[in-house]
Amino acid sequence: MSPILRVENLLVRFGGLAAITDMSMEVREGEVLSLIGPNGAGKTTAFNAITGYLAAAKGDVIFLGKNLGGIKTSEIAALGLVRTFQKTSVFGGRSALDNVLIGLHLRARQTPLAILLGFPYVAREEKHLESEAEQVLRFVGLERRKDELASALPYGDQRLLEVAIALAAKPKLLMLDEPVSGMNPSETASFMAKLAEIRALGITVLLVEHDMKMVMGVSDRVVCLSQGRIIADGTPAQIQRDPEVIKAYLGERYRRAVG
Amino acid sequence: MSERAKPILAATWVGFLLSIPFWLDNPYLLHVLIVTGIFIIAAMSLNLLLGYAGQLSLGHVAFFGIGAYASALVSLGFKVTLFPDWVLVVEAKPVWLAMLAGMLAAGASGWFIGRIAFKVRGAYFVIVSISFVEVVRLVAVNWVELTQGPMALNNIPPLEAWGFTFLRKPANYWLVLGVAIASYVLIRRLVYSRAGRAMVALAENEPLATSVGIDVTRYLVLAAVVSATMAGAAGALYAHYVRIVDPDVFLFIYTVTMVIMVITGGKGTLAGPVVGGLIFGLLPEGLRAAAIAPEAQWIVYGVLMVLVVYFLPQGIVPALTKGRG
Repeated sequence: MSPILRVENLLVRFGGLAAITDMSMEVREGEVLSLIGPNGAGKTTAFNAITGYLAAAKGDVIFLGKNLGGIKTSEIAALGLVRTFQKTSVFGGRSALDNVLIGLHLRARQTPLAILLGFPYVAREEKHLESEAEQVLRFVGLERRKDELASALPYGDQRLLEVAIALAAKPKLLMLDEPVSGMNPSETASFMAKLAEIRALGITVLLVEHDMKMVMGVSDRVVCLSQGRIIADGTPAQIQRDPEVIKAYLGERYRRAVG
Repeated sequence: MSERAKPILAATWVGFLLSIPFWLDNPYLLHVLIVTGIFIIAAMSLNLLLGYAGQLSLGHVAFFGIGAYASALVSLGFKVTLFPDWVLVVEAKPVWLAMLAGMLAAGASGWFIGRIAFKVRGAYFVIVSISFVEVVRLVAVNWVELTQGPMALNNIPPLEAWGFTFLRKPANYWLVLGVAIASYVLIRRLVYSRAGRAMVALAENEPLATSVGIDVTRYLVLAAVVSATMAGAAGALYAHYVRIVDPDVFLFIYTVTMVIMVITGGKGTLAGPVVGGLIFGLLPEGLRAAAIAPEAQWIVYGVLMVLVVYFLPQGIVPALTKGRG
C-alpha cells in the first residue's frame, strides 16, 4: 500500500525544549494506524504539527504527495486531512444538526455574493446540505438528537458528534485524538464498531489512544512514541512484545525484573 | 409559532410600520422614529460582527461616520489639495450616487480594518477599533479643507429619486424603513447560509472551525465588510436626512448606544437589535413625555439597562423565544 501521509525528520520545539525530535513515520492508504506512547510523549504535539496548528522547526509532512509546510490549517482540511481534538470540542451553543452543517463547510459551493443576492441555488444547496447532515448524524447514531444543543448532549454523544463533524468534512485521512477517553466500556466497544464502519468507507485512520484494548483491537499497525522519538513500529502483536515499548511504559526496573 | 404563520405575522408588522405616517400627526415623534430607525440599521450591522462573528467593534460608529461624510461630500462636491501641485476636484453628484459612494467608502474601510485587525482578535480588535474611530474623528476635525472641521458640512441635499425629493419626514421615514427591511433580509440570508455558519463557528470554537476547512480571515473580513457597508448606509441616510454632518458623529456614545441596543435585544438573534433598538431608542422620548425630571431621565435609562442585562443576560429576544422553539 502506498503512503497517504509521510512524516520525515519532524522536529518541534517549545522554546529550548524539543517536544518531538527527528520523528519519521508513514500512514498507508486504507489502514488504521495507532500512535501510542506514555503521557507527554508528544502525540498531540505531533497531531498539531501535522495539521498546521503548530509550526515545525524542521522536517516535512507530505500528504498525498503535497508538502504541508506553511499551509494554513483550513487549506490542509480542504486537501482531505481532518483531525479531532483530545479535549471535547464541539460548537456548544448550536444544535447537533448545526454542528454537522458547519462540518459540511467545504462541501458547499455558495459564494457570499450569491448568498446576499438570494440566488435560488443557495436555498437548494441548503436543503441538500441539511439532508446530508442528517445522514452523517444517522451514521454516528445521533439522528434523534439533531435539534438538541451540543453542550446539552451527554459526554459520550458529544464525542460522537465530534467525529460526525470531522466526517462531514469528507476526510481522506481522519486523525482521531483519544476519541474514547472518558467513555465507558460499552461506549468504547460501540465506538470500535463505528471505527470499522468508517474504515469501510475507505477513510484512512490515524489514531492516538491510551485504551490499549481498543488500540490492539482496531489497528493494522502501531507506532510507539516516547520522549519525542519513535521507538517502535509494527503490528499490534509485535508492539506488545517490544522491549523498548515495555520499558517506555513500565520503566527500566520492570524490564530488568522481568528479564 | 407555526411556519405558515410567520410570513403573515411579518406582513402584518411591515403593514403596521408602513402605516405610521398616515395616523401619527406629531412630526417630532416621526423624527424620533426616523433617527431610531437609522440607529437600528447600524445596530443590526454591529450585530453581524458582535453577535454572529463574535468580534466586539467599539469603533463601529467610524463606519457610520465615514458613510455620512463620504456621502455628504460627494453630493456637495469638494476640492482638496492632496499634494502642493495636485488638486483633486470632485463635482457635485446625484445623491443616490453619493450614498452608494458612502457605502463603498465605509465597506472599504471595513475591509482595511478587517485585514489588519483580525490578525489579532478579541481584546486587540476592540482596541484597534477604538483607535480607528479616534483617528477618523481627528481627521474630520482637522482636515478643514475637506470636512470644514468643526464648522460642519452644511446644506447637504436630500435624496432625489424617480423625480421625487425625500425632503419631508414621511418620505424619509419610508426610506429608512425600506433600507432597514433590506438590511434585515440581507443579514437573514447571510446567517442562514454557509458564510453565516462559518462566522458563528469561528466565534464559538475557532480551532474546531479551522479543522473542518473554515478560513478564519476570509469570513471575519467578510463579516466586517458587510457590517461596515451597512453602517455606512445608515450614515448616508442620516447625512441626507439631518442635512448637516460634523465630527460629533464619531462620538463614542453613539457606538455605546448601538452596543446597548444589540446586547439588551439579544446579540446573535435577528430580531434582537430591532427590539433593543426600539426600546432604547424610544425610551428617552418616553421618559420625557412622562414628565420625569431631566436629571432623573438618564438615571432611569441606566437603571433599566442594568436590570435588563442583569435579569436577561442573553437579551430580551432569546428570553421571549426560549421554550417555544
